[in-house]
Amino acid sequence: MTTPAAVAAAAELVSGLPASPAVWCSGLRKRYGRRTAVDGVSFTVGRGEVLGLLGPNGAGKTSVIKMLLGLVRPDAGEVMLLGRPAGDPAARARVGYLPELFRYQPWLTADEVLLLHARLARVRASTAERLEGLARVGLAERAGDRVGGFSKGMQQRLGLAVALVGDPRLVVLDEPTSALDPLGRADVRDLVLDLKGRGVAVLLNSHLIGEVERVCDRVVVLDRGRLAASGTLAELLGAREVRLRLTGVDAHATARLHAAGLTGRDGDWFTVALPADEDAGTGTGTGAGVGSGAAGRSADDGGAVPDLVRDLVARGVRVHAVEPRRISLEDRLLGILRDAEHSDGGGR
Amino acid sequence: MTVLTITALTLREASRRKVLRALAVLTLVLLGLSAWGFSRLTAVDPELGELTSGEGRLVASLLLNLVMFGLSLIAALGTAFLAGPTLAGEVDSGMSLAMLARPVRRSTVLLGKWLGLVVFGSGFVAVAGSAQILVVRWTVGYSPPSPVAGLALLAAETVVLLTLGLLLSSVVSTMASGIVAVGLFCATWIAGVVGGIGETLGNEGVAAVGTVSRILLPTDGLWHGAMNAFQDPSALSSFGVDAAAFPFLGEAPLTAVYLGWAALWVAMVWGLTALSFVRRDV
Repeated sequence: MTTPAAVAAAAELVSGLPASPAVWCSGLRKRYGRRTAVDGVSFTVGRGEVLGLLGPNGAGKTSVIKMLLGLVRPDAGEVMLLGRPAGDPAARARVGYLPELFRYQPWLTADEVLLLHARLARVRASTAERLEGLARVGLAERAGDRVGGFSKGMQQRLGLAVALVGDPRLVVLDEPTSALDPLGRADVRDLVLDLKGRGVAVLLNSHLIGEVERVCDRVVVLDRGRLAASGTLAELLGAREVRLRLTGVDAHATARLHAAGLTGRDGDWFTVALPADEDAGTGTGTGAGVGSGAAGRSADDGGAVPDLVRDLVARGVRVHAVEPRRISLEDRLLGILRDAEHSDGGGR
Repeated sequence: MTVLTITALTLREASRRKVLRALAVLTLVLLGLSAWGFSRLTAVDPELGELTSGEGRLVASLLLNLVMFGLSLIAALGTAFLAGPTLAGEVDSGMSLAMLARPVRRSTVLLGKWLGLVVFGSGFVAVAGSAQILVVRWTVGYSPPSPVAGLALLAAETVVLLTLGLLLSSVVSTMASGIVAVGLFCATWIAGVVGGIGETLGNEGVAAVGTVSRILLPTDGLWHGAMNAFQDPSALSSFGVDAAAFPFLGEAPLTAVYLGWAALWVAMVWGLTALSFVRRDV
């Protein structure tokens, strides 16, 4: 039996706890007929954090987003938005959403669309506030025009303004720049950074890896419905690699190269993944691509390459070239996806 | 609050789309034609204008019911083709994504849309039906015995059909839902006529066709109640036993049980629509 006193005591107990994550989901699963679209996906988006959702077409990114927002019913799994179970519509009170398939009532004006969403979100939005919202996405002069006459890019800009109605604490952007020109993309980037600056959590699903790399704190990679990797950018990109051109490589030298994190060989060229940077934290990855076998080991930025070269020379290997390089998010993503493909192929 | 927001949105959609203009034009054409027709009738048969004979009232009743049938058909077409796009169309186009991601319950959205359509359909029936009643009064001096009850039953018929349209649009495509709803409306009307012929011929099997169809889809039953409210009471007696076979005469007022069934039917179909819509992945 819940008494007011018990509720008050419970409220006092939790008041000192840190704020719940903006998004918490666990074990999300969804099947469409015989096809499994999402299979056991779990992740969190912290308050004020920008999380990038990456993955190839059909990886289940949009399905995950729709399950978070109650648009698609998960077959299994739980979702909490801003500390409330997602089954309760009130959980979406401070959530803004720009769908991948953005379309707004063509018979309404841009201003009326914003007013409609303000009413649905149960927030007050004065004419001046609505105009400001439209100005933010470059549509101030089209406030009184019907949406039916808007170009795709303008509709996407309107969608951004709609997502920002009612001062949201979590904004979910599903491919927010798919219809925008380079200028529009830069605007979206600035907008996300502005939200981040104001402590608003953002879940960003985008094909444009450069976009994600610039604005996201953390990245979740989905592949064929499963979580392929997740971690901060430092974790995923902190890992570097070094390419070495070597001759006279015997079994001992090969063993040493493997111990260092050998990831590939092309003739005389050997690629070795180096340990992640020391501030990398704790990334996780089911694909071998994360950290390329080196993530999680203690970082030794200064010593790894000279030690390796010394050991190789000691084993009689001739070292012709040493080329260190930093891995881009795109390379990392491709590595994760290819590794997942190989491990899946081998398992069948 | 959310219900009213969605109701207002649905009404605005109806008023800003071409449906309203198309309905207005069709209605004006029908009203104009009926005014001309009734005035010609009095010109040919002056006795009709003075309402001195039961036959005159019978003709006026029949014609009024005929024109009202035209109006109910316009209302049926209009609402059925509005109901489809408002639910299925919005889901198909992605328009509902941003709306349903708001802190709203889907059943509330459905109720708002349904109310909007009810107001639209009933408003159309009230305005167009009243205009038609006035046209008949001015041209031939005939006033139906229970105009308000008749218009209310016509509005109820529209509500039944738009509720069906909403249910269909939650399971089949936009266009198909409109076509199926109007098709069923027409099929029930024909089944009612067939049932009437069965009654006249004393064939119970054929008569049952009308009864069963009126239970499965109450549009025709409500339409018969509306006709009964619009027609002169003497019309039936002058037609005698054959009245049931005539599609533009209502043989008896509706029973409270039937009205209750129609209300229950609407509630059940609405509930099914809500169940389907709440569970639907958008």
